[in-house]
Amino acid sequence: MTRIHPAALTSATQIMLIVAAVMLAWTAPQAASAAPRAKPDTTGTQEGEEPGPLPSLEQAEERGRRPLEDSPATKQPLVVLDGATVLTAAGKTFAPGYIVLDGGRIKSLGEGKAPAIDGAHVIDTAGMFITPGLIDTHSHLGVYAAPGSRAHGDGNEATAPTTAGVWAEHSFNPQDPGIQRAVAGGVTTIQVLPGSANLVGGRGVVLQMVPHRGSRAMRYPGAPETLKMACGENPKRVYGSRSSAPSTRMGNLRATRTAFLKAERYLAKLKKHEDKATRKGPAAKRWRDRDRDRDDEDGPERDLDLESLVGVLRGEVLPQVHCYRADDMLSMLQVADEFGFRIRSFHHATDAYKIRDILAERQVAASTWADSWTFKLEAYDAIPETPALLAEAGGLPVIHSDSAISIQRLNQEAAKAWYAGMHAGIKVSRDEALSWITLNPAWVLGIDHDTGSLEAGKRGDVVVWDGDPFSVYSSARWVFIDGVLRYDSKNTTTWSDFELGQGGNQ
Amino acid sequence: MNRWLAIAACLVLAAGSARSIATAADPAAACRVLTGARVHLPGGPVDNAVVVIVGEHIAAAGTAIKGLELSTTDPALARFRDHTCSQEDRSDWLITAGLIETRSNVGLVEVGAEDRSRDQNWEEGPPNRAALSVADSYNARSSQIPIARLGGLTSVLAIPRGGLISGLGAAVDLSGAGQHDAILIKGVALYADLGHGSSRAASILLLHQALNDARFFAGNKRAFDEGRTRPLSADPTALEAIGKVVNRSIPLVVRANRAADIEALLRLADEQKIRLVVNGGAEAWLLRGKLAEAGVAVILDPMVFGPGSFDQIEARPDNAALLHRAGVDIIISGGGRYFPLGLRYLAGDAVRSGLEYDAALDAVTSTPAKVFQLPGRGKIEAGAVANLVAWSGDPFELSSRPLEILVRGRVVDLSTRRTELRERYRRLPGSPVPPPPLPTP
Repeated sequence: MTRIHPAALTSATQIMLIVAAVMLAWTAPQAASAAPRAKPDTTGTQEGEEPGPLPSLEQAEERGRRPLEDSPATKQPLVVLDGATVLTAAGKTFAPGYIVLDGGRIKSLGEGKAPAIDGAHVIDTAGMFITPGLIDTHSHLGVYAAPGSRAHGDGNEATAPTTAGVWAEHSFNPQDPGIQRAVAGGVTTIQVLPGSANLVGGRGVVLQMVPHRGSRAMRYPGAPETLKMACGENPKRVYGSRSSAPSTRMGNLRATRTAFLKAERYLAKLKKHEDKATRKGPAAKRWRDRDRDRDDEDGPERDLDLESLVGVLRGEVLPQVHCYRADDMLSMLQVADEFGFRIRSFHHATDAYKIRDILAERQVAASTWADSWTFKLEAYDAIPETPALLAEAGGLPVIHSDSAISIQRLNQEAAKAWYAGMHAGIKVSRDEALSWITLNPAWVLGIDHDTGSLEAGKRGDVVVWDGDPFSVYSSARWVFIDGVLRYDSKNTTTWSDFELGQGGNQ
Repeated sequence: MNRWLAIAACLVLAAGSARSIATAADPAAACRVLTGARVHLPGGPVDNAVVVIVGEHIAAAGTAIKGLELSTTDPALARFRDHTCSQEDRSDWLITAGLIETRSNVGLVEVGAEDRSRDQNWEEGPPNRAALSVADSYNARSSQIPIARLGGLTSVLAIPRGGLISGLGAAVDLSGAGQHDAILIKGVALYADLGHGSSRAASILLLHQALNDARFFAGNKRAFDEGRTRPLSADPTALEAIGKVVNRSIPLVVRANRAADIEALLRLADEQKIRLVVNGGAEAWLLRGKLAEAGVAVILDPMVFGPGSFDQIEARPDNAALLHRAGVDIIISGGGRYFPLGLRYLAGDAVRSGLEYDAALDAVTSTPAKVFQLPGRGKIEAGAVANLVAWSGDPFELSSRPLEILVRGRVVDLSTRRTELRERYRRLPGSPVPPPPLPTP
């Protein structure tokens, strides 16, 4: 192709080129600003860029939480479950009774025969038992997905002792075959947590057990944020074995308290900045119009770790603290007092019976096992009567799994704990024992106003069992989540992509 | 007829004591006649049965024993009434043989995470440590033993872990002041793990090598001692231990879950003519025909299903039921984690997934006793050792509990360090350790 010398261009062409160049130069910045306005880069302002209003922490978080997946509501007719023994976990038992599910919610329920409703899809549940959907406050499904493998080891960001800014949601693999098996065990909601290698492991996430392509769409609507923390042997073993801090329990506490000290300072900066940005009155307006450019108008830099801890200080992020020994739990309660926040639930808490008076008085829940002990020295003193003793003392016992296997029979775990208490002479009602895997975990996760018991208006998270859920022989027959049938024991499909095409090559 | 019973009992005792460390010295007069209970006898459950315990043994059991009509008014029972036999109406009891956990770490591990408290794995040992005998480190005084008993366990196989050939396991009863009391069989089986190392084919190769060398060693000891043989792959003690597998006196228990691995093991066992037991067997249902044909028993956990690992992609909840129906000897086990209390519930899980009830009970009592040749254990019958549990109801059910536990005829204490902790903290607030009262003048 022959080269064209600019001078050879006609003057008309030259003018067109100049106009085109000017238009390009003119439209480019506008094209940039047509994109969603990003927070101004504080490391170097761009020429001609107007710093927009700084999003508040809430706004920044909300923007980080929008789902991409379209989750259209699954259409289902009004469903009537008729004739079962209905165990509400809200103090009532209807034997027999009925439940009406409509529009994703429990429309009504009660004693005796179901009312006749036009267009209702009636399911005969005579001889069966109905409970609220089971809730597991401590699961590593998805973050240690099956099959166990290096690739699926996503539960512990064990590269620093405090990693408050990692989110379990980002590690959660919705293709974990364990998810469906948990639903087959009657579980409808779980809290997925980072592991306990770190003193602050990161944010947990509350999920509905519904198949989706991404974890974001599984988030339980409106559930508060949670933060995993840990005390005791695990963090000090993980870091101590690398000859780095912490390597002792006192090292654990120093690091935890230091993290909150930093969060306190950050919170003060945030408050100051938010006050300035929103304050009314002429002086404030003058500052915004005139002095903001010169002052620290962009406020403190975003810091994902500190944002999580600030959430705890503000009471918006619910702390979930892995801790076994009585004295370790007392230390953590002291830290909470020092920084003015409330621990929502201890996890594992095998010594909880020793301090149940303190836990009850402060309404700190204890998510624990029916019977798991002596795998670590801090679990040496576990007793099977812990949940019953906690209930007797007015505390908040919760049975959790921390296991992809026992999540499949959470109903059995609650039964074991109930009977252990009864055999020791600690009288607890069956409804109360059922609440250890329904309403109490719902409270721990901040969703007890919405689910966790069978009451009119609550979410249609309902399990129909083929027998007494506290019998070893019983299985879930039908599981409803948001009023939609998600599991039918006689009509199962494979949820996980991993399981497709497995099984011989005949 | 009583004479034949006595002779039969003596023969059983003699056979038992030839293989055990403990000699069954019957305490003199202890004798109990239990009537009215529902008893799980070898043929199935029987209501209103009679069990007679004399010393460490069951002297009689049933409503009608062949050639010996037994009832509370029967003159044959009169001789038991002449002694200091207690006559006990136990109509609220359900009695089974004591349960047997075949993959236990009780007595070998006190606290799992503390290496100074555990002795199940020779961590710095060679891949082939066949002569290692966990009986030598078994702690009969472990605080975990009374706790394990509350799950209805009266005997366990305490097993080694680690390496390719982990060593010899021990059969123990869960009582006794020391090893001399508790250990029933010092080397009950040889344990191996196909998954050891990076290649299963290599594990098969090394197992063949070990077995071949053991066979060679057994036939050429003199030449070996005189230095006239080719080099062998292990030291003499290991070769002696493996020799017991070669001559079929003890089984080789190999950890394997994947169907491909079980298939390779069946081939090895056939070629080497050894007794094989599969430990794990998550995908064993795929090979149930071949396992039954080869007489290979499978130790399994009914709650291992679904693709938890690449070794169990095709594991199914009805694994136990399918194997049993095909004629395979199945043993249910909790895997020896912190789980001794859960063995009976696992049996319940197996029933929920389709296994017949009696088969599930056998899988935790008579089948392990049969496969591992534990004399007089696992069954309630005349001449058997009195390892029994009296339950408040169905032992598999969550609502039931053991009311009385007998090991070698002796009632064991149901208190444990856990019950003591519970009692210490029963009333709060208040000091768990109150000061002693002032001494009286």
